[in-house]
Amino acid sequence: MTFDRRRFLQLAALVPFAGMARLAAAADAPARKLLVLVELKGGNDGLNTVIPYADPAYATLRPRIAIARDQVVQLTEAAGLHPSLAPLRAFWDRHELAVVQGLGYPDPNLSHFRSIEIWDTASRSDEYLTEGWLTRAFALAPSPASFAADGVVVGPNAMGPLAGTGARAIALSNPEQFLRNAKLVHAEEGQSRNPALAHILRVERDVMVSAGRLQAGRKFDTEFPRSPFGNSVGTAAQLAGNEAGTAVVRLSLGSFDTHANQQGTHANLLRQFAEGLTALREALIEIGRWDSTIIATYAEFGRRPRENQSGGTDHGTASAHFVAGGAVKGGLYGAAPALGRLDGNGNLPLAVDFRGYYATFLDRWWGIDSKPVLGGRFERLPIL
Amino acid sequence: MTAAPAAIRIARPPMRIFLFLLFAAASAAAAEPIGYEGARHLLNRTGFGATDEEIWQVAALDRAAAVDKLLAGIRREASVKPPALVDEPFEPYARFRGLDAEQRKAAQRKLVEQGFELRAWWLREMILTPSPLTERMTLFWHNHFATSQQKVRSARLMYQQNALLRSEALGNFATLLHAVAKDPAMLVWLDNAGNRKQAPNENFAREVMELFTLGEGHYTERDIKEAARAFTGWSIDRETGTYTYRPAWHDYAEKTVLGRTGRLDGDDVLDILLSRPETAQFISTKLWREFVSQDPDPREVARWADVLRDNRYEVKPLVRAILLSDAFWAPQNRATLVKSPVELVVGSLRMFAIHPFDLRPAVFACAALGQNPFSPPNVKGWPGGNAWIDSATLLGRKQWIDRLLRGTQPAMMAAADAPRDETQAGAQEQRYRRALERGMSDYAFDASRVPASRERLERLVLATAPVDPVEGLEGAELARSLAFDPAFQLK
Repeated sequence: MTFDRRRFLQLAALVPFAGMARLAAAADAPARKLLVLVELKGGNDGLNTVIPYADPAYATLRPRIAIARDQVVQLTEAAGLHPSLAPLRAFWDRHELAVVQGLGYPDPNLSHFRSIEIWDTASRSDEYLTEGWLTRAFALAPSPASFAADGVVVGPNAMGPLAGTGARAIALSNPEQFLRNAKLVHAEEGQSRNPALAHILRVERDVMVSAGRLQAGRKFDTEFPRSPFGNSVGTAAQLAGNEAGTAVVRLSLGSFDTHANQQGTHANLLRQFAEGLTALREALIEIGRWDSTIIATYAEFGRRPRENQSGGTDHGTASAHFVAGGAVKGGLYGAAPALGRLDGNGNLPLAVDFRGYYATFLDRWWGIDSKPVLGGRFERLPIL
Repeated sequence: MTAAPAAIRIARPPMRIFLFLLFAAASAAAAEPIGYEGARHLLNRTGFGATDEEIWQVAALDRAAAVDKLLAGIRREASVKPPALVDEPFEPYARFRGLDAEQRKAAQRKLVEQGFELRAWWLREMILTPSPLTERMTLFWHNHFATSQQKVRSARLMYQQNALLRSEALGNFATLLHAVAKDPAMLVWLDNAGNRKQAPNENFAREVMELFTLGEGHYTERDIKEAARAFTGWSIDRETGTYTYRPAWHDYAEKTVLGRTGRLDGDDVLDILLSRPETAQFISTKLWREFVSQDPDPREVARWADVLRDNRYEVKPLVRAILLSDAFWAPQNRATLVKSPVELVVGSLRMFAIHPFDLRPAVFACAALGQNPFSPPNVKGWPGGNAWIDSATLLGRKQWIDRLLRGTQPAMMAAADAPRDETQAGAQEQRYRRALERGMSDYAFDASRVPASRERLERLVLATAPVDPVEGLEGAELARSLAFDPAFQLK
């Protein structure tokens, strides 16, 4: 009895608080900030992206595929960018580009599928979670009810960090198509104990809610690159400009799984990435959202420092990633790749735990307490 | 019911009687005719959208007779003549590199075109084959040994792999595994074609353990490195595109894989993987998800794994055990699987008796819904299950149904009149829509080819009661209404 009573009092105490939190969230809805995540699918080669060009071990490990020193777009005396990323130099000069080196997790798994699952669910390496880390975050701290969705996944990809049932997440290729086809859905009431049917009904409801709040066809002066990634970036800009908000938009680019003849493929992908980011920045400035948006990359892993004999690289561990935006404190974070301290598989040691990277967005960008989401406290990066 | 005898022994008398009655009921059900619902369940779980006529053909059989009828019809070759491209000589990869930009573009266009031809051919086979189960299992193995034309860049090699998967679709898994490891498309796809002693490439060695046999977590990074050395020298002939062994590339030294040491070659490693119990377990679990539900029962899966091993990896006895299991027939497992895009697209053509001349729009539809055959997203294949459906693909499914069964409703006319969208993404989408519109002009739905009564049509096309039954419709409008219901997505 005592237990029940105490529990009742606890609940009673929580209720008004919860109500107020929701009201407060609604009040500053326009200020809620956008995170654009870019997944570099297949595992990007961090060492040929952010290049430790001054470290003699770099050229030694990669006789065929090292980027020549005079081609490197230098950022500091130790680190530079792949020549395809030259457009990002302008971000760097404006202090709008944070480069996080050595991002990964302890006890790394070298399977694409298991490793991206770890990144998507923010689990430990030996722990299996089913819900995406963003789903958990929005389940605890929902976006204002007026939002079109907590998150939007752009393109034909898995829901990744937005998988699971606790958040309002939708997938679309572009708003025009989404709105046209949404007319074919009738909102059915009801629940089902059949898990597949329950899933379908939930998706239908999310479609109806979002369709009522999305606009399409906003015109930009910005020209978006003519590529699938360029189209995705255009969609991200549309969503950023939408009246009803969205907390997160996830884009994908790939495949970066360059086991053989890496150079051409990698250069092409990084060029698409840099051109897409440049267009997105321009479009966000156009609609006044550059300071309330950050763009962050992630991938299942980096690649092995020593090139393989097929002119490619095999699965690795820690890697370099980018965070860009008007509110970002540009610079180098984490630690330069320790090419002299490779592990038994010839892979790089970890410098920044990916859950600290996520905690930075949760705590410092959205003000969502990261501890219950990530199951612990992780050191945040001072990039915001 | 799959309760083991041990559970019965400890049960108290009333429980014992209850279980006895349940078993008696289950075995009685096994000997009775499966009926219309049972036949629809069996045919749609093992094929693509059965027609009313096909369902009646097995409804009077008992479980064993119905399942044995399916298994007796298994094929090793396709029934539809393959496209002409399969007789064209192999296009050596080195030739691509010698081309100028214009020629490269032309070669790329040709590749894309041949990919369409190949997919249209396979979809036609799925529609027309006398043995849909053969095609379902071929598709299952395509998803298991997921190989993509995006990297293989040869429709001919993709076709050859498809023919191999079909020839062992319900044949022998060990035979299939050894053959796939030497299959040219696979050798290119997972880079083993260039795997040599001087430069071991781990890609195939990793995936063969993680995705083709043991499953993740049953091997070490060291096993992968050692196994990669065993596969060195398994390559392809650059001129003919056929498997070739390059002795100068092979590492003849001693290796240790999963505790077994010797001068192992690739076949030895595959035999080691086949000797591990995890392999049969892994395959059986995947088949549970393919045929039964989203929640494998570990005890029943273990029983199936024993069947597979006891039969030296013969697939047919395993599939027979699965299709005769109580789990397969259990009411709580019915209508709990989401149709894959290929099942939805091919199945809707079949069950609504639509026989198009041009299958390219159906190929586009499968791709748009997230399952482009010969182009799985990666070597793990399509995730499947509930993941088939998110807001984008659910809307795509409704769009497909809308096109197929437009009936008298003016939805498409309204869409066609919509103002032109000049944004780039919009233009691309409109091109696709126009192509689909033109291509689907012969996708004529004729309501007189399907049962006319509401009750009978609902029983044909839905695996479970409609969520949103609409009264008073008939003909094409009734078909549309049923196909738009969320229950239509289930099998």
